[in-house]
Amino acid sequence: MRACALFSSVLTALGFAVFVATALPPARAADAPDPAADAKAFRDYFVKKFPKVKLDDFVNGPYSMNEDMRKQWEEKEQFPPYEFALEAGKEMFATPFKNGKSYADCFANGGIGVRQNYPMFDEKEGKVVTLELALNRCREANGEKPYSYVKDEMASLTAYMAFTSRGKPFDIKIPADPRALEAYQEGKRYFYTRRGQLNFSCATCHVQSPGERIRAETLAPALGILNAMPIYRSEWSGMGTISRRFTTCNSQIRGVPLEPQSDEYRNLEYYLSYVSNGLPISGPGARP
Amino acid sequence: MASTIRVRAINSGDITEVQALIQHPMDSGYVKDAQGQTIPAHFIQQLTFEYDGKAVFVADWGPAVSKDPYVKFAFKGAKKGDDLKVSWVDNKGASDATTAKIQ
Amino acid sequence: MSRTIGAIALAAVLLPATLIPARAASDADFKTAYAAADAAEKQAGALRNQWTTTEAALAAARKAAEAGDFDQAVAQAREADALAKASIFQATSEKEAWKALEIK
Repeated sequence: MRACALFSSVLTALGFAVFVATALPPARAADAPDPAADAKAFRDYFVKKFPKVKLDDFVNGPYSMNEDMRKQWEEKEQFPPYEFALEAGKEMFATPFKNGKSYADCFANGGIGVRQNYPMFDEKEGKVVTLELALNRCREANGEKPYSYVKDEMASLTAYMAFTSRGKPFDIKIPADPRALEAYQEGKRYFYTRRGQLNFSCATCHVQSPGERIRAETLAPALGILNAMPIYRSEWSGMGTISRRFTTCNSQIRGVPLEPQSDEYRNLEYYLSYVSNGLPISGPGARP
Repeated sequence: MASTIRVRAINSGDITEVQALIQHPMDSGYVKDAQGQTIPAHFIQQLTFEYDGKAVFVADWGPAVSKDPYVKFAFKGAKKGDDLKVSWVDNKGASDATTAKIQ
Repeated sequence: MSRTIGAIALAAVLLPATLIPARAASDADFKTAYAAADAAEKQAGALRNQWTTTEAALAAARKAAEAGDFDQAVAQAREADALAKASIFQATSEKEAWKALEIK
């Protein structure tokens, strides 16, 4: 009898919690997605949260929120740890494939200064195409084996492409295609959805707590977080791509990571890049 | 193969400030690869900066130094345009050297 | 006072559960428990929300079973089952709950 009473009160509490969570009224009329309004609200949130940080400085992640880290980083930037990768990437980019073609043939403007346009929505495929995906597709179209998405060659190539695009503002477009809007919405949903045993969403760290520490790390703001990719992480003692960042974020919150470049990650990158539109590309970056 | 050493030496007045970045795995010998096999220790044992035939900076390193190490120091007595020689030797006997002009 | 009631209540809940496995678990017990956990984890997979801890518990269950320790294998499989069900609950409730976090 007593056990029953306890049990039912637990049930009630649980039911109430679920009710509260689902009953939150939507702030906007219906569920009509409005990416432009989202991006503005996203930017305003960070600007208001960090009134001292200049808008373009958000792309420098934790360095924009911690004076001491910034000084160390500025010194490091005179001799950045991604330099070897950058040089390797430049060489790889210029080396033709076996069939005589090269990466430059796969991209607008020969692949120089185009990083800010990725990910783009491919209306033929009906899906988001990230830079990493485009690079591997370029390889495969020319009879070469695709690279691992997470590090080494892929990081070097994207490092070079980002470097040639430094300072150019993110310019992600959502074409008038319902599938593009849906990809954006799905990316947004992924960003805010809690997952893993630790019950974290991307937003838990990068919206609610940027500038705070998680153990020894200072969390970066979600605004402009992809502008610095790929990055040399001292923790990894090596380079990592956006794919690497997404998969390790997932495993750190005890979620089984999805396949790199799965639809979810492509959509997430689409959303996250879109809401950082207007902020300059700063990659390749260096992070502790 | 490009050099494993990046070095920049800048002179101002009597002081020459040297920065160097060296590409090296610096394996400690305590790390396992994805197959569970221990990666053997592989690290730079000695790093030397020479100016005018004389060592101005010598570092005896061990396995605890990070991958792709970065070094910064300053010394007195050099002039703009002079040569600074940098070299390293690792525990497997491999080595590399380069010469930079002091700017 | 209320603490005592709580303790009694907890004991009442726990007692039957601890009394059931009077005998050592068998291979069949393990297979049943593992199949249930595995099915739940597959469902979590379909929801794209598996947990690394579920995978670890499943692996530990298999390892214990291989070593013939079926008590441990069953315990790990049940742990995996509970974790997988929690991940399913999370994925299901987040279908709507994520909106509460959105910046607007």
